[in-house]
Amino acid sequence: MEDWQAGGFGLYLHWPFCASKCPYCDFNSHVAAAIDQNRWRRAYLAEIARVSAETGPRVLNTVFFGGGTPSLMAPELVAAVLEAVRAVWPMANDAEITLEANPGSVEAGRFRGFRDAGVNRVSLGVQALNDGDLRRLGRLHSAAEARAAFDVARKTFDRVSFDLIYARQDQTAAAWRRELRDALGMAVDHLSLYQLTIEDGTAFAARHAAGGLAGLPDEDRAADLWEITQEECAAAGLPGYEISNHARPGAESRHNLIYWRSGDWAGIGPGAQGRLTLGPARWATEAPRAPGAWLEAVEQTGSGEGPREALGRADRAVELVMMGLRLTEGVEIERLQHYGHSGINFPEIRCLEEEGLIGTGGGRLRATAAGRPLLNAILRRILA
Amino acid sequence: MTELSQIRNFSIVAHIDHGKSTLADRLIQLTGTVAERDMKAQLLDAMDIERERGITIKANTVRIEYPAKDGKTYVLNLIDTPGHVDFAYEVSRSMRAVEGSLLVVDATQGVEAQTLANVYQAIDADHEIVPVLNKIDLPAAEPDRVKEQIEDVIGIDASEAIPISAKTGLGIPEVLEAIVTRLPAPKGDRAAPLKAMLVDSWYDPYLGVVVMIRVMDGVIRKGDRIRMMQTGAIYGIDKLAVLKPKMVDIAELGPGEIGVFTASIKQVRDTRVGDTITHEKKGCEKPLPGFKPAQPVVFCGLFPVDAADFEALRDAIEKLALNDASFSYEMETSAALGFGFRCGFLGLLHLEVVRDRLEREYDLDLITTAPSVVFKLHMKDGEVRDLHNPADMPDLTYVDHIEEPRINATIMVPDEFLGDVLKLCQDRRGIQADLTYAGNRAMVVYDLPLAEVVFDFYDRLKSVTRGYASFDYQITGYREDNLVKMSILVNEEPVDALSIMVHRDRAEARGRVMCEKLKDLIPRHMFKIPVQAAIGGRVIARETIAAMRKDVTAKCYGGDVTRKKKLLEKQKAGKKKMRQFGKVEIPQEAFISALKMDG
Repeated sequence: MEDWQAGGFGLYLHWPFCASKCPYCDFNSHVAAAIDQNRWRRAYLAEIARVSAETGPRVLNTVFFGGGTPSLMAPELVAAVLEAVRAVWPMANDAEITLEANPGSVEAGRFRGFRDAGVNRVSLGVQALNDGDLRRLGRLHSAAEARAAFDVARKTFDRVSFDLIYARQDQTAAAWRRELRDALGMAVDHLSLYQLTIEDGTAFAARHAAGGLAGLPDEDRAADLWEITQEECAAAGLPGYEISNHARPGAESRHNLIYWRSGDWAGIGPGAQGRLTLGPARWATEAPRAPGAWLEAVEQTGSGEGPREALGRADRAVELVMMGLRLTEGVEIERLQHYGHSGINFPEIRCLEEEGLIGTGGGRLRATAAGRPLLNAILRRILA
Repeated sequence: MTELSQIRNFSIVAHIDHGKSTLADRLIQLTGTVAERDMKAQLLDAMDIERERGITIKANTVRIEYPAKDGKTYVLNLIDTPGHVDFAYEVSRSMRAVEGSLLVVDATQGVEAQTLANVYQAIDADHEIVPVLNKIDLPAAEPDRVKEQIEDVIGIDASEAIPISAKTGLGIPEVLEAIVTRLPAPKGDRAAPLKAMLVDSWYDPYLGVVVMIRVMDGVIRKGDRIRMMQTGAIYGIDKLAVLKPKMVDIAELGPGEIGVFTASIKQVRDTRVGDTITHEKKGCEKPLPGFKPAQPVVFCGLFPVDAADFEALRDAIEKLALNDASFSYEMETSAALGFGFRCGFLGLLHLEVVRDRLEREYDLDLITTAPSVVFKLHMKDGEVRDLHNPADMPDLTYVDHIEEPRINATIMVPDEFLGDVLKLCQDRRGIQADLTYAGNRAMVVYDLPLAEVVFDFYDRLKSVTRGYASFDYQITGYREDNLVKMSILVNEEPVDALSIMVHRDRAEARGRVMCEKLKDLIPRHMFKIPVQAAIGGRVIARETIAAMRKDVTAKCYGGDVTRKKKLLEKQKAGKKKMRQFGKVEIPQEAFISALKMDG
């Protein structure tokens, strides 16, 4: 078995447009007045043909429409893409096809169309369950709209997940616990719970640098909120299977597991990145970030991909550990040993084990409950 | 050779940003000294560090030829002087080389601290002073108020102050004319034996050491054999020139003239600012008064961040020392920091300038340890030892008593800030010697331990007086006091580079502040870290750095792998800016910041 098969094979498709840009978001998203969906369809289809010619007909486990706001795509466009995908890659019987959606009323009206196109899982960007915080996060929907959109999604799709952002301005431990219980009470089986992070180049970063955004939690308060999150989700039967992702066992995002298990994925669309094992080599692929530049590259050169980078043994080992330790299940040590000792500081792993931050039982390297909130510090020590 | 009556020598006194360099540029430009195509902003500040900080470290000079309204052509020599208390001695020598000063005051700002310190130097040197009000073209200019302030604060007549705009060129011809009509011509005897003052010297990569002189009496010519009266060294003059500001050869320099020479001198260290130069034979009998050898008063350790850079640091320090006689160094070994150098400086600005130059010009990353003064240890066996480094403090059972250097500090301050200044001096173990008023400005004289001043005293003074205080000091001698060595322990391990000498009565307060600062300066680790201050084996203060609780990236998906990998690599590189002590990493800036006494 090839190494990537331990993770599976997925397709990530990037739709780069949003109705408005959220002040905390550093994703590759753009606001455009008019979008020629036909032009985008031709480009996506061309890319699917190009990439599939390279990979050959391997079984595709997942498809993920990310963005941006892919719920702004016409359902016909989604259908055309999925039809093209099915034509070139044999789909697994239980293939997971996810689309990220805004929980607004307009989007909810399109859910049936997406389902008919083949989407079987949506991930809703709810972010908060109160209107005050939604406004502060620059979101266009209200809490009531989000709940309504969730109910529609729940009736339309097999699986529904939503995102919340916590560690907001002035958010108390008690308020977060209440809001999280509300969320867990919504008959949900998957939640992505992100600590608000001030990312470089965002509107929040500028405000923060200028002394704004008062009331963001310090490290100790943030750690308290993290602990509450782990506690409440586990009690509700959705333990954290990844740093920020919680699911009822079996309801994990299979597509995202491919990233964390260092499987292979094709990345198509502006700024999309991929990892493809082709023969003995593993490649990191990348596309131009600007939507116009990507379209023109596809149309004029027949490829929407920038220069690719071959990943050496150390790179592969580093990625395996860096991504794998995000998962509660950790990384298979045998898989890691396959790369020799390059990239990883094994003696430091033993130190961390003594400090109770890393476990190595059952043939797997994993961060302990105490180690998980300190993962960056752990990685700095074990990545040589 | 120029007639004495047709020479004018002057300096420009101004606060940072009040337009000293721009005015100098205009004078040079208007007299056609430099071809238009060679003009670049601020001709005289040569080093990057000087331009950036707006300070002058090395004296500079330019010779300007000016055809005055009386029909005669005058030679004007401008000496640009250093403007910081660290270089007070160098300033005093430059001031003795000229007869007058232009006092440049920003008409929108008024007189500020640095102006005062330097203008008093000019008054001490018996200068004729011509006040110049700059930036008169700005709407915010208040020439009348500023004139009044000059008269009140400095005590000189400002009624004939010249309004100018160095930026637009307005008033520049009037300044040139005033230099000729209002400043005195130099005096001197052409027939007397040669007597010239060494004003400054520097290393030129093509010419070797260049010496700037002011001739007082006699004549110096190319080919002359000269003697440096302090060092006794004899040299032959290879090249004699004036600076326009490029070097232009000249056959001789007579009384009142300012110029430069080269004489196959190998190192700047072989020259002494303030030395008297005369002829080898038939020289003058008495040197010029006021010479002082350069005496480093502040010491600190410089260590390479990367131990492998030690040899590169040694090379850099040796090269830099060739060009800076006031800087001393010797090798040092620290248990915590490895191999480095213990270096001596004229003051803290000098320290910062040298460190900046080492880092920039030689591309080195350095750790600077806490600055310290030279303590005298009187041992029980009668021996007296100099202690340059608290880490070398011997066991107290062998020490009879310890002396520390004291200074006489003069501070001029508007009376509204007087209370804060007195408190600051009192907090630094000062003893008040004098307090007088001139208008609404107070002059305070304090006897202070140098050790309390070398660190952040000047910064604190500036901050409590909003920059409106001037400060100058002289070292007066050594005095015994109850001094002890305080060690700092991080995670139970002593960090030698953080130990300091401190007065016994102040040790606890100081130790507490240092522990609190280190608590903030050392980032959280994955375990908790005690930080302690101790005298001998006794802990006098303690803080604990809590263990890290959260450091994890919230989102990391397929599109984040490459970026996240690079970020981790960058963070690992950032760790190189830290020093490892046992299991603890201490950031470089901690070694200085922990000592600051503000807050």
